[in-house]
Amino acid sequence: MSAVRCIDLCKTYRQGEQDIKALDHVSIEIARGEFVCLSAPSGGGKTTLLNAIGGLDIPDSGEVYIDGKRIDQLSKGELADVRLHQIGFVFQAYNLIPVLTAQENVEFVMQVQGVPATERVTKSRAILKEVGLEGLEDRRPAQMSGGQQQRVAVARAIASRPALVLADEPTANLDSKSADELMALFTELNEHHKTTFVIATHDQRVMSYAGRLIRMLDGRIVDDINQRA
Amino acid sequence: MRLTPVLFRLAWRNLWRNHRRTIIMLGAVGVGVWAMIFMTALTRGMVDQMVIDSIGVLPGHVQMHHPDFQDDPSISNRIPFQEAELQERFAGAGFKAWASRVRVPAVISSERESRGVTLLGVDPDAERDISFFDYDAVDGRYLTDASDQGIVIGKKLAETLETGIGKRVVLMSQDPDNDIADRGFRVIGLYAATTKSVEESYAYIGKSTAQQMLNIGDETTEVVFLGDDYRDIEGTYKAVSSVVDASVSVLRWHEIDTYLGTMMRVMDGFVLIWVVVIFMALSFGLVNTLVMAVFERVREIGLMLALGMKPGSILGQILIESMLLLTLGLAAGNALAWATVVPLEDGIDISIVAEGMEMWGASSMLYPKLYASDMILATGVVLLLGFLASLAPAWRASRYKPVEAITKV
Repeated sequence: MSAVRCIDLCKTYRQGEQDIKALDHVSIEIARGEFVCLSAPSGGGKTTLLNAIGGLDIPDSGEVYIDGKRIDQLSKGELADVRLHQIGFVFQAYNLIPVLTAQENVEFVMQVQGVPATERVTKSRAILKEVGLEGLEDRRPAQMSGGQQQRVAVARAIASRPALVLADEPTANLDSKSADELMALFTELNEHHKTTFVIATHDQRVMSYAGRLIRMLDGRIVDDINQRA
Repeated sequence: MRLTPVLFRLAWRNLWRNHRRTIIMLGAVGVGVWAMIFMTALTRGMVDQMVIDSIGVLPGHVQMHHPDFQDDPSISNRIPFQEAELQERFAGAGFKAWASRVRVPAVISSERESRGVTLLGVDPDAERDISFFDYDAVDGRYLTDASDQGIVIGKKLAETLETGIGKRVVLMSQDPDNDIADRGFRVIGLYAATTKSVEESYAYIGKSTAQQMLNIGDETTEVVFLGDDYRDIEGTYKAVSSVVDASVSVLRWHEIDTYLGTMMRVMDGFVLIWVVVIFMALSFGLVNTLVMAVFERVREIGLMLALGMKPGSILGQILIESMLLLTLGLAAGNALAWATVVPLEDGIDISIVAEGMEMWGASSMLYPKLYASDMILATGVVLLLGFLASLAPAWRASRYKPVEAITKV
């Protein structure tokens, strides 16, 4: 079964007097454990596609399946459940809740899921150690660098071991060293935990880590390359 | 339910994110709540004093009369029980105090002036706990017993009649046969009341003396009963009603003094309106604070929604934040009210405006009264209306679309 399957997705935004086709009959299928990069220039439709896959945005037409379950017709509450239990998110910026510490941020999703406190604490500490943030558990986002914050976001995204992690421009606000460290972390998690990664980016270095590169232009897929081949 | 701890944690920490704004809002809520309770305490004190004074002057908490006495308070409408029967029915019934009286309209004349008064024939021992004035504070002396041959009048009446202690006055009324019943009395005492109108209205003589003068044997026109609290008189009312029949009427104090009863209800309504009006002013600040807090956190709210938090939890978080803010403000306001009202419970001298207050039956001393029920009312109103006022910003926050909120600049 595919981790992600999109069939004939269309999404049009109205900007002033103009209709912008963000997704124009897009169909893709991503297998479990794949490491996929969506690449497009700004306005090319990669974030819209990522949001449709993540249930953050509903396409005008077409079908979206996560682990074989159709999600584009679900209610807000049902979509929230899909996001909570099946998908981990890493966003470009403003990824963390400022009033919570690193550990509390990692625990947040598990807490919403209803994971018992002792299990949460154990898991979150272990994951923070795994992403190289041991000792920073009690720091708030404002007390950490951009790279450290993104690592906390990654830790939160994988804390409940979702089958799918969606990342939107995760390195956009990072320096090159931090970006490389983050991508190395993604690769390691993909290889060790078989987590499926779908990353929207226009950063060439990020693309080089992906096993599969999907290029988009004007809301259409123009290229789908298996980089491991 | 399982999210309650994290919602409280988020709400509490968000509350202190902009602590200057929170402290200002807390100050506003605290002062508002203090104003609600303090003004209510002043109002309650004034009303209490008015009611207690008025109850002391005549009504007690419950009264018993001839059924026609309210419409025609003349000597013809006497209670059809002898003194022994009254003792048998009411002595030992557990009233705080009770007394039978003769109350009739009369004319009092000095050698210079005449005035219409209400003549009260009383037993001073039985009325000691009912009377509004302290017997020992009477200029001259008060009646020693029911057979005392003197008369005690108010200071203002003495002034009007241009008489004084030791001088003689004449009382004139009607007996049951509609013949003139009159008698000379020596003024033995002058009492002071909270209002001049009371001092001018009531003249006291011994009960037996009054019965002799009016030729009514040992009958009376009024029996007055006192319970523990003028606000809770049903027990007293039922206790009296249960031992009498339809040959007499039993009335509560607010049925006797309808003006006072109505005024008390109006004051209760006024207190509620006052509390609501102050809250309305506060609510603008509260809603503004919450709207600002929500606007500042649009991206965070979007993030939490994107991560799988349900809109209902976002709504709950904002409402908890609002309730925490109000609870802190309420605690401060209640504490401030207690700290400022309790030291004033010995009385505030408002004699500067007492002339004006007299027309309301109020005295020149105001005794603020802090009731737990008023503090609970203010707290309840603030929490309830605060909850309702917070619904709009909380609802708005919960309706954000995560994809739009998270990219909000």
